[in-house]
Amino acid sequence: MNYNVAIRNNQSIPVKDIPEQSYHTFLESNIGLLKDRDDRHCVNYFGYGIGESVKLFCCIADDSMHLIYVSSCMINKGATLNSFAKHNFAFEKFEREINENFGIKYTDHPWFKPVRYAHNRIEKSKIMDNYPFYGVDSEELHEVGVGPVHAGIIEPGHFRFICNGEQIMHLEIQLGYQHRGVEQLFLQKKSLLERTILAESIVGDTTVGHTTAFANLWESLSDYQADKDLQFTRTLALELERIAIHTGDLSAMCTDIAYQLGSSVFGRLRTPIINYMQEWCGNRLAKSLIRVGKTNFPYTEYHAKRLNEVFVAYEPDFNEMITKLFKLPSALSRFERTGVVTHEEVKLIGTVGMAARMSGLNRDIRLSHPHNLYSTINHEPIIKNHGDVYSRAQIRKEEVKQSIGYVKALINDIPAFTSLSEPELKPRPEMFALSLVEGWRGEICHCAITNNKGELALYKIKDPSFHNWLALAQSVRNNEISDFPICNKSFNLSYCGHDL
Amino acid sequence: MFDNIKILYHQGKQFIPNVKTVEVPGIFRGRPVISTLPVDEQAIKSVCPLGAIDTNPVRLNLGKCNFCGECALKFPDKIKFTKDYKLSSNTLEGLIVTEGEDKPITINESLIRPEIRKFFSGSLKLRQVSAAGDNSCELELNASGNVQFDMVRFGVEFVASPRHADGVVITGPISQNMAAALQITYDAIPEPKIIILAGVDAISGGIFANSPALDRSFIDRYKPDLYISGNPVHPLAVINGILGLLGK
Ligand code: SF4
Repeated sequence: MNYNVAIRNNQSIPVKDIPEQSYHTFLESNIGLLKDRDDRHCVNYFGYGIGESVKLFCCIADDSMHLIYVSSCMINKGATLNSFAKHNFAFEKFEREINENFGIKYTDHPWFKPVRYAHNRIEKSKIMDNYPFYGVDSEELHEVGVGPVHAGIIEPGHFRFICNGEQIMHLEIQLGYQHRGVEQLFLQKKSLLERTILAESIVGDTTVGHTTAFANLWESLSDYQADKDLQFTRTLALELERIAIHTGDLSAMCTDIAYQLGSSVFGRLRTPIINYMQEWCGNRLAKSLIRVGKTNFPYTEYHAKRLNEVFVAYEPDFNEMITKLFKLPSALSRFERTGVVTHEEVKLIGTVGMAARMSGLNRDIRLSHPHNLYSTINHEPIIKNHGDVYSRAQIRKEEVKQSIGYVKALINDIPAFTSLSEPELKPRPEMFALSLVEGWRGEICHCAITNNKGELALYKIKDPSFHNWLALAQSVRNNEISDFPICNKSFNLSYCGHDL
Repeated sequence: MFDNIKILYHQGKQFIPNVKTVEVPGIFRGRPVISTLPVDEQAIKSVCPLGAIDTNPVRLNLGKCNFCGECALKFPDKIKFTKDYKLSSNTLEGLIVTEGEDKPITINESLIRPEIRKFFSGSLKLRQVSAAGDNSCELELNASGNVQFDMVRFGVEFVASPRHADGVVITGPISQNMAAALQITYDAIPEPKIIILAGVDAISGGIFANSPALDRSFIDRYKPDLYISGNPVHPLAVINGILGLLGK
């Protein structure tokens, strides 16, 4: 008997081909798949409401086989179940979300808390103000509450620290402030352009990442093979987005250790990259660049020449500054051994992207489930092992250089741009599709299901931050509270991507 | 030490000397111009995914437009986007571009509350609140203060505490879950104070306008003093908008 069906990234299959298990088998088989297998992790686990029932879909990626195992299980709304999280902690957030959306209860969930206070949550009595924070009854300890509004121009979230003097014992992060109802809006909006704009607005600093996930997914649902020009556009833009944001993050990290020179230089070095995006598509954050089945901005030799000019100016300044930063004792003493998350911890939490690669966990969709032109790039993920702020800075430094290399190779071989008008696209009925993209933060996963008319019946988004927030909370334990800002910046996670 | 001086030397002068006249690179979509060419008005109206285009006469509302460029693509002889980044007004009507009129978006001087220029023209400290913003406008507001755009040179600066602020800059469509925190932040700012809405999501809700997860009652309770259009707002739009309000 088949417990699941194996698909590739960006493959669509009929919903009926996904095996349906009893809950017991569903739990055992999926937990079994993951047991002692670092090359496998759950990329999405969610519920799909059908009348009084909920169909659970579990998607386990196998990085060695480049496959995703999908299985399902039908249960009643309001059912009480044994949790996956008891056996594999990385499921904790997924199950909290299933509870929030469908009222499913768990007998043995280790950390049963609200997720984002979605507007369509089942229990309306649960409100932002009565979040059940973990507390310690002790005369020695005190609590520090920060946010939702933080010092600086940054998205909102609430951070509750339990401290012993200056030392952080525990941090709990309450999110949900940014909830806009994105997944529901995907169903409500009927035109493709509206949905594309919505995809661009999921996370504004990852416009290319999320819009690429949406475009790849929609083309797959519609059985449309995008030409090389679109694959090229998306791959190039993803790498440029990575260079731009990593550069900006290095600036922010310098700011938080009060290193003014680094802050200013990296800050201004981001500008030519995002200005280049504007030269290409009219928007510094690449909004309007990625479209389903077409592009409005053909890439030409002129664009390639301009990009090479940008790099000629960018690279020496970047190299000079990064060399200085990594030699500077006062910077290194703030980076090294600060905010450590160990290899065991990141595996437990199920982090993705940079927040996995910083601690020796090789998770990079560009290698494991290549999309767009990544199968033609011999990608070698950059892996560090200390899991500290220094590792996260190193990854940015090396990924910037690596991405510049990829970009230069890409623009050496510009394909003919022919996809200039929108093809007739109609998603096929009763299909399931899954799209993985390696954004600069890490793995982005979009899933969709269509109904019998080919209309969107479910849209699920998982931003890399969904799991990675817990890694931030873990990283600050036993650090001084004054090191929280640098820990936070070194992750630079998304609030809106989590809250949706 | 010498490394630092070398780095500084290699940076050269980064700041933009004149933020009012500098030309932005590339094909920036700024203030649109609509020609008087007759078109199928229903067709042009239905092109816009955000309902930003109205007809008879053809008008484009920059309070709703997210600058996707689709209308200019489908009707290239009717609508063109210029590189004009002055995209701010103190009224919603001021953000409407009408066919046949190629004139800058301006601030209606007579409607500026007198205390704004009296108290803030020398120094304006702002508290930013992201109320379900997607971090694109936030990124650009941060960029307004970097060494290139250098908004601080005009005495305009973002501060950490609302107690130190003279006003609030709101980004995002304002979620229910953020509505209370926005109100508390606003209340903590001493009088007199101003409200600036930055970006299409803040001005009209943008693509999220009809989402049941929003609570935009704050905007109904208070009259914003400045609307800065964009998706996201360009740093030059931010700086020019604020300077316009301050009469600088
Ligand atoms: S550019 Fe603005 S007005 Fe034109 S279609 Fe897009 S949102 Fe509508």
